Amino acid sequence: MPVITFREALRQAMDEEMERDKDVILMGEEVARYNGAYKVSQGLLGKYGEERIIDTPISEEGFTGIGIGAAMAGLRPIVEWMTFNFSLMAIDQVINNAAKTRYMSGGQVEIPVVFRGPNGPGEYLAAQHSQAFQSLYAHIPGLKVAAPSTPYDAKGLLKSAVRDNNPVIFLESELMYSLKGNVPDDEYLVPLGEADIKREGNDATVVCFSRPVHMALEAAEQLKEEGINIEIVDIRSIRPLDSGVIFSSVKKTNRCVVVDEAWPFAGVGSYIGWLVSKNCFDDLDAPVELVSLEDVPMPYNHKLELAAQVSAEKIAAAVKRVLYTDQGNTEKKKWLKK
Amino acid sequence: MAEKIEMIALSPTMESGTIINWVKKEGDSFVSGDIICEVETDKAAMEYEAFNNGTILKIVVPEGDEASIGEVIAVSGEKNEDISAMLADIEAGRGKNKAVKGEDSNGIAGLKEEQRIKASPLARVIAKRKGIELSSVKGTGPEGRVIKRDLEGFTAGAVRSVPAGRIKSVEPGSGLRGETVRVGAIRKAIAKRMAESKFSAPHYYLKVTVNAERLLAAREKLNKKLAEKVSLNAFLLKITAGVLVKHPEVNSSWRGESIERFGSSDIGLAVALDDGLITPVIRECGHKGIIAIDRELKGLILKAKEGKLAPSEYLNATFTISNLGSFGIEEFTAIINPPGSAILAVGEIMRQPAVTGRESEGTERIGIIPVVKLTLSCDHRVIDGAAGAAFLHELKECIEEPYNILF
Repeated sequence: MPVITFREALRQAMDEEMERDKDVILMGEEVARYNGAYKVSQGLLGKYGEERIIDTPISEEGFTGIGIGAAMAGLRPIVEWMTFNFSLMAIDQVINNAAKTRYMSGGQVEIPVVFRGPNGPGEYLAAQHSQAFQSLYAHIPGLKVAAPSTPYDAKGLLKSAVRDNNPVIFLESELMYSLKGNVPDDEYLVPLGEADIKREGNDATVVCFSRPVHMALEAAEQLKEEGINIEIVDIRSIRPLDSGVIFSSVKKTNRCVVVDEAWPFAGVGSYIGWLVSKNCFDDLDAPVELVSLEDVPMPYNHKLELAAQVSAEKIAAAVKRVLYTDQGNTEKKKWLKK
Repeated sequence: MAEKIEMIALSPTMESGTIINWVKKEGDSFVSGDIICEVETDKAAMEYEAFNNGTILKIVVPEGDEASIGEVIAVSGEKNEDISAMLADIEAGRGKNKAVKGEDSNGIAGLKEEQRIKASPLARVIAKRKGIELSSVKGTGPEGRVIKRDLEGFTAGAVRSVPAGRIKSVEPGSGLRGETVRVGAIRKAIAKRMAESKFSAPHYYLKVTVNAERLLAAREKLNKKLAEKVSLNAFLLKITAGVLVKHPEVNSSWRGESIERFGSSDIGLAVALDDGLITPVIRECGHKGIIAIDRELKGLILKAKEGKLAPSEYLNATFTISNLGSFGIEEFTAIINPPGSAILAVGEIMRQPAVTGRESEGTERIGIIPVVKLTLSCDHRVIDGAAGAAFLHELKECIEEPYNILF
């Protein structure tokens, strides 16, 4: 099976969908001539031309609205935001037009649009350019939200997103674009709303998505040496959420750690933690733990920047806390001291 | 430095004690081992010995008043020490305690009301499924939280003993399994109480065979008139109560330096539970009719099986009856149930050949009659052999000819 990068997988997905359906277009800042800020759309302009690969002005609200209007008119636009930090400029369009029109028109007007781009922490990008906004979008009924962690899932999910008749927020990660993984030659889809067990284990369930999945896998290796076997549930889609897989895993392990790269307050991780507490109450042997970004703006100082973020060590420590091993607590203290 | 003197458990089942006498008065000094006061527990008057040296600065619970375990009964310290702050504290605490008291019911013999126990939701489910009392489990989670691993040593039904006479179904091919079973609080209480009774009260046993013909006839006659059948135990309780009136020494309790004669016959009946046994008590049996006793008994037995008896419904029987007749037991000796001094063990009613009639009248013959064997266990400290024998003899006469009870 070919091994390709995350960005190549995304490109393949768009390429295949554009070839399959002439209504699919790509628009955004520098997606055409510059081949994309992160080179995701490399080569697509040459193949599909300026009518379908469209460079837009630096005006997120404007081109996001155009994308939504084009979807209303029958196209299936993919709108690339250079980063989700800039999507804040366009969020009124997304929340009030993309997410509401199907509902308010009684189902007459569908909005088959995909908004994609890098979300979450980067490096040395400081407080305004290193933010994870999954909870802003997952909060809104009418939007679907996907957050893949591997090239395979990214390709399959993006193809499903393009074919979906609802607006889909597609969260990528700047720090994952070069990540490599197996992607088959044959066409496949990963449906929205299906979680994937990335690692099987019996001692504790770690629920995660996007980049932290890899930290959880790293934590699993550390923990394995200590005889602890964790199960890693990659939800892949935040909305719709495959809660069934989460619950059945927690019912097996009796312990749950939720990982979210964003802030803890009113976050996706907090919500999943509540769902687990409510639905697995009698199966829990320990309170659900949440590993999230510390509740501060992202520091610019590199040591602080790393210390504020989710890490394999923090996940491992949380796993130990739900397992009631003493190290869980001391490691937390150690982290606080750092 | 001032220290609080708290009521301690002076007997294994004591929940509270009454101060009979303050041996040391306010201002008296004492050394470790001195007797500070005498406390009456549910069993006996006990001496409260000092653990350390000091001076009684303030008596908080006066003579004649009751204090629960842990309640401050006095304050000790050095002479002339200022203890006003501590006393204000204690007063506030006592007020609070008073308000909370009275909620304490629903327990089982010798058990304290289950306190809020920290346990994970999963541990609660496992404990419920296995029939484990969380209070008997040592939690190893934070702040003593009981978690899954603390229950892993327990096997299903481990603390539920198989009730006497009932055979547990065994899977074919399965044999005995060696294991150590942790005991629940009920079993602990039974073990303590029974060992304490057997080892401190010198037991002796008296045995009689009783003709139950008239008793069965009387019961049959009564039951023909009633929709709900009256149990034989109700008859036995009523007749026993009648005989106890004439033998008050059997309706008594050893109190260490005195013997308490009870003013009523409160008869307990041993009832087997899935996980132990309990003795619901019919108060004032002498003043109640057989039908009333039976009705009350049925209600209490039902409550007992649901584990809903209040302490007032099972504590302080003045006499106890244990009937294993329904299990096919011919005769047995029972362990006295304190604070009572005697217990009557009742066997199965069996049809047996026996000599009937009177030699003097020449009416002697062998006939088949229903007989029941009664065994009386007595505490020799309270009931001498002749006194016990006189009681049992009269009980036999009253069962054989119930009108004897009128004499």
